[in-house]
Amino acid sequence: MVRAGMFRLLANWRVALGGFVVLVFVVAALGAGWFSPADPLEQDLMLQLEAPSAQHLLGTDSLGRDILSRLIHGARVALAVALVAGILTALLGTALGLAAGYLGGWPDMLISRAVDIWSSFPPVLLSVILVALLGTGLHSVIVAIVVIDWTRFARVMRAETLKQRHMDYVDAAVVGGLKPGAILLREILPNVLPLFVVLLTLEMGIAVIVEAILSFVGLSLSSDVPTWGGMIAEGRQVIYQAPWIIALPMAALLALVLGLNLLGDGLKAELDPVLR
Amino acid sequence: MTVLDIAGLSAALHGGRPVLRDVSLVIGEGEVHGLVGMSGAGKSMVARAVLGILPAAVRLTAGAIRFQGRDLVGLDERGYRRLLGRDIALIPQDPLSALNPSRRIEAQMTDVMRLHLGLSARAARDRALVLLNEVRIRDPEAVLRRYPHELSGGMRQRVLIAISFACEPRLIIADEPTTALDVTVQQQILVMIRGLQRRHGTAILFVTHDLGVVAKVCGRMSVMHEGMVLEQGAVADIMAAPGHAFTRALFAATPRYDRPVEALAPVPAAVLADIAAAAQAFDAGRPC
Repeated sequence: MVRAGMFRLLANWRVALGGFVVLVFVVAALGAGWFSPADPLEQDLMLQLEAPSAQHLLGTDSLGRDILSRLIHGARVALAVALVAGILTALLGTALGLAAGYLGGWPDMLISRAVDIWSSFPPVLLSVILVALLGTGLHSVIVAIVVIDWTRFARVMRAETLKQRHMDYVDAAVVGGLKPGAILLREILPNVLPLFVVLLTLEMGIAVIVEAILSFVGLSLSSDVPTWGGMIAEGRQVIYQAPWIIALPMAALLALVLGLNLLGDGLKAELDPVLR
Repeated sequence: MTVLDIAGLSAALHGGRPVLRDVSLVIGEGEVHGLVGMSGAGKSMVARAVLGILPAAVRLTAGAIRFQGRDLVGLDERGYRRLLGRDIALIPQDPLSALNPSRRIEAQMTDVMRLHLGLSARAARDRALVLLNEVRIRDPEAVLRRYPHELSGGMRQRVLIAISFACEPRLIIADEPTTALDVTVQQQILVMIRGLQRRHGTAILFVTHDLGVVAKVCGRMSVMHEGMVLEQGAVADIMAAPGHAFTRALFAATPRYDRPVEALAPVPAAVLADIAAAAQAFDAGRPC
């Protein structure tokens, strides 16, 4: 049953391609120690801004550090943020969305108005302010993403829960004497789960971008940890002498986010019972 | 002994428009009572009132719903939760949407038994198998592992009927249980409900618009229109000599294999006008 489901999912080219791209980054990040040809922090001031060569496959940056190694280590930060921030955002937003959609009344009122107010702030500005307040560091980046993006989940999950709540099987459960908590967890939750998976995948892409933006403006990790955003910032200063330095981390960012979005879109088509 | 005693039940929309007018009916132990009428007559409203799931816009304005001597009007949610599924169960109208699409049949069948009978997962599963056998499902083990979309409409309705009998309720509300099924399956399901009802001695309030169904399964019946009960009595008596013009018109409007289609006549406007006038007179006598 499960195996047949996996095969059907992989038959969708979006799921297959997106999943493959994401998998490549995950493997690279997990095995960063083995895959990177050099220490990403080791400087070689004799070999600054080196073009790609046999010794340095993707060249070196302005401090003579190996770019391929820095890209691979940067994937660790990007994926860690995507995973942790994505899941936390999804859990918080989904919990609030379920509560609003199922309880209705004043909890719905409160949560929905909060979503409206949140959505009227420019997200990038809000995240910069948040990180500035919390201090730089990985945890601040994650907190900023969760605090800003929970509304995306809350809004969609609320609408879906409202829809499911009026289905006959929920009435049937009420008439079976089930408690509201049991109805929410056993009857409604399994039916909103596909949507949760889809949104989570898309949210991970967004988290990767936000982390890159924050490290680009120097509000993420300290500069001794390689991040794609930080590499883009450094590359910008030498864009005329060595354009590949800015192009490579941008390409990595683009590929990962594209992979995640493809995966999300594909899952949406496969998991949506109406489209299926 | 009386299982359900609805006395003088009236209900109205929040705006004041009445939807039920002085409905009374009594169901004895093991009795099947047919509630007949055209759509919008208020049949389902009576059923929903008994189950405590009236739409938010409808409020009971008078009367009592006594279940085994206890008035359900004004019973809180907790009280209803203890009653529903255990003492009063529902066979829903649409078997396609009344089962949760993303849960296996086993989980959906055992929920109620574990909750109300305190059975272990294993005991509940065993009981589910017995029940599926009773509703004549051939390979119950396999059906328990299925999802609803893998079963036919008739199979799904059998599963729902099995669930409704799971806790040996005293009363089952059957809300048009065969309307969504095709004709050949309808007959099997009716015979099965009747058989189960006899064996378990369950009382059933059978909501339907189909007089043929009433003739097959019900002992007594009430004819409703405009939220009023127009006629009530033993099915055999009413079928032999309908007392109300509306009932006669309803019989004339029922398709039968032994009559040509041209013989079908809609309910005459004069009869409907009389009933509407009676409804208005009732409303005038009782300001909302």
